[in-house]
Amino acid sequence: MTAGPPVVAGAAEGALPSAPIASIRGASLGDRIYRIATLACATAVPILLLLIAFEIGSAAWPALDKAGLSFLTSSDWDPVRENFGAAPMIYGTIVSSLIALVLATPLALGVAVFLSEFASPRIRQPIAFLVDLLAAIPSVVYGLWGVFVLMPILREDLMPFLADTLKLGNTPFFSGPAYGPSMLAAGIILAIMILPYISAVSREVLMAVPRSQREAALALGATRWETIRDAVVPYARSGILGGIILGLARALGETMAVTMLIGNRHEISASLFAPGYTLASVIANEFAEATGELHTSALMACGAVLFAVTLTMNAMARWLVYKVSK
Amino acid sequence: MQRHIAVLTLFAVAACGGGEKSAADSTGAQDAMPSSSSSSVDLNGAGATFPYPIYSKWFSDYATKTGVKINYQSIGSGGGIKQLSEGTVDFGASDGPMSDADIAKAKGGKVLHFPTVLGADVIIYNLPQITAPLRLTGELVADIFLGKITKWNDQRIAAVNRGVALPAKDMLVVHRSDGSGTTYIFTDYLATISPAWASGPGRGKEVKWPVGLGGKGNEGVAGTVKQTPGSIGYAELAYATQNKLASALLQNSSGAFVEASVASITAAAEGASGSLGPESDYRVSIVNAAGAAAYPISSFTWLLVYETQADAAKGQKLVDFMKWMYAEGQSSAPALDYAPLPAALSQQLTARLASVKLGATP
Repeated sequence: MTAGPPVVAGAAEGALPSAPIASIRGASLGDRIYRIATLACATAVPILLLLIAFEIGSAAWPALDKAGLSFLTSSDWDPVRENFGAAPMIYGTIVSSLIALVLATPLALGVAVFLSEFASPRIRQPIAFLVDLLAAIPSVVYGLWGVFVLMPILREDLMPFLADTLKLGNTPFFSGPAYGPSMLAAGIILAIMILPYISAVSREVLMAVPRSQREAALALGATRWETIRDAVVPYARSGILGGIILGLARALGETMAVTMLIGNRHEISASLFAPGYTLASVIANEFAEATGELHTSALMACGAVLFAVTLTMNAMARWLVYKVSK
Repeated sequence: MQRHIAVLTLFAVAACGGGEKSAADSTGAQDAMPSSSSSSVDLNGAGATFPYPIYSKWFSDYATKTGVKINYQSIGSGGGIKQLSEGTVDFGASDGPMSDADIAKAKGGKVLHFPTVLGADVIIYNLPQITAPLRLTGELVADIFLGKITKWNDQRIAAVNRGVALPAKDMLVVHRSDGSGTTYIFTDYLATISPAWASGPGRGKEVKWPVGLGGKGNEGVAGTVKQTPGSIGYAELAYATQNKLASALLQNSSGAFVEASVASITAAAEGASGSLGPESDYRVSIVNAAGAAAYPISSFTWLLVYETQADAAKGQKLVDFMKWMYAEGQSSAPALDYAPLPAALSQQLTARLASVKLGATP
């Protein structure tokens, strides 16, 4: 990975040429072949996606057929008696990703604003490179770091601080014993993992904001803070949201690091100190040794649900981008 | 794009060609077996990860000795059973026996179970204040993992650990989150000892745990136990020994508190093998076995072999390997923390290899 995470720039949309090249009469043979080749590429990917969806769906059918709607609402996951309910995993997938977004977004925006508005090129390059480098670390390394560094800090410092010093222990969200492996641990590691995606996209988008935008605000007597708040960030907001969506997609599907830190317990608990589970983790944990056909099918159903959750969250986020950019 | 594909294809061809060549060279150099075929791999197997270290040692020793190459993929017991049933491998391996329903579904006919070595689970815990090994009974372990005992200074634990100052700490139960043979052996033991466990979570590679945290793999469980004072979990013996984890003495069926060791595990197989007659199919659990020295959470691990070998040449190679494994291979087990089979059982199993039929289609 040399160039860091890919850039989703909302500003680039609508820049495609409106008249397809192929409609030009008398196109040469080479152009036609080229057109067919690119068409094949363009259709192969959606077809592949549909095939994957169909395969997962048909493999998941036996478990969904047996459990019905309770697959989505039940917390009972018992491979011995072949009862499967995925509610704790759905909850865990969404909650851990949201914690990650809440923690990572302000930090990533801070990094992006500093780099694009304040930093001199000499500082900008190394800091941007180091932040982007976070995206190149394999997730199992994040998991190991989480187990050996983050977990003791959580158990001995952060969790007692939240519960006792800040007196949040009385609220349901920070109650219960602090063992370390928890929803909070998973959320924090995910936040670190998605931070480079959000900050890289936001940085590029902020740097693409025209100079005239800033100069106009400054000319009207705005301070630098007011310029950034009222002129620069609003101009770039759809691009920034695009970066957040990218981070969210990464968080929803992340498997290894989360499995190592979330505690893997099939239970919905309001407390962030309690262990949880995610859809991706349960597949990683149980697929290799799932012997019963229904068990395998239930894991495929988890895959299908993860697919659906990702699609829904992405659709909601896209709708948000649409609303904001209007 | 086309040029890239062409380059990739060239690489693939070169890689395959290179692999075959070197393999053929090494077989040719030690072509001791008359039946050695021209292919680079003679037998393919897949299955359990738990015995992988000893299996790979056996296969490499056997290849050096006879030139017969055996390829083994440690994809997990479940995967091994699936691949054997589909007939994509020549033999399977599993930490838990196949059910009758599984055997009925296998495409190659009846599947025979051959125990190879023994493994065991140990109870690991983290109580920094306590230096003497903790003593536990099966009922206590079951009640801890059922969530009925939650404090370390519970009266019932104190009753078997007289003179030990147990802390008034909460217990944190740690179990495996991934499906595994280690969990199968452990839950098999608890279900044997405790009616409440048998009617509750039951036995399986993955069960519905009443309490506790899930760690991925032996390293996940051991990592959490090592870091968290007051925690208790289980891990396979080899892993616990190599990582020097504190482990509990367990009470066996004759009332003695036994440490898990190669000797005490083999003793469990001796205790159980009395009931294994020549007509046994060896799909037996040896948890809580008889014998004063027997360690209670012990288990066989099995090679899965079709009774009727469709390919006579391959079948013969497999039988020859297993004869060598029972005669000579067993001695290399203890160095890798696996318990060898009792000598009498090895002989009994060697004799049983005669029941493998060669060449006839089922």
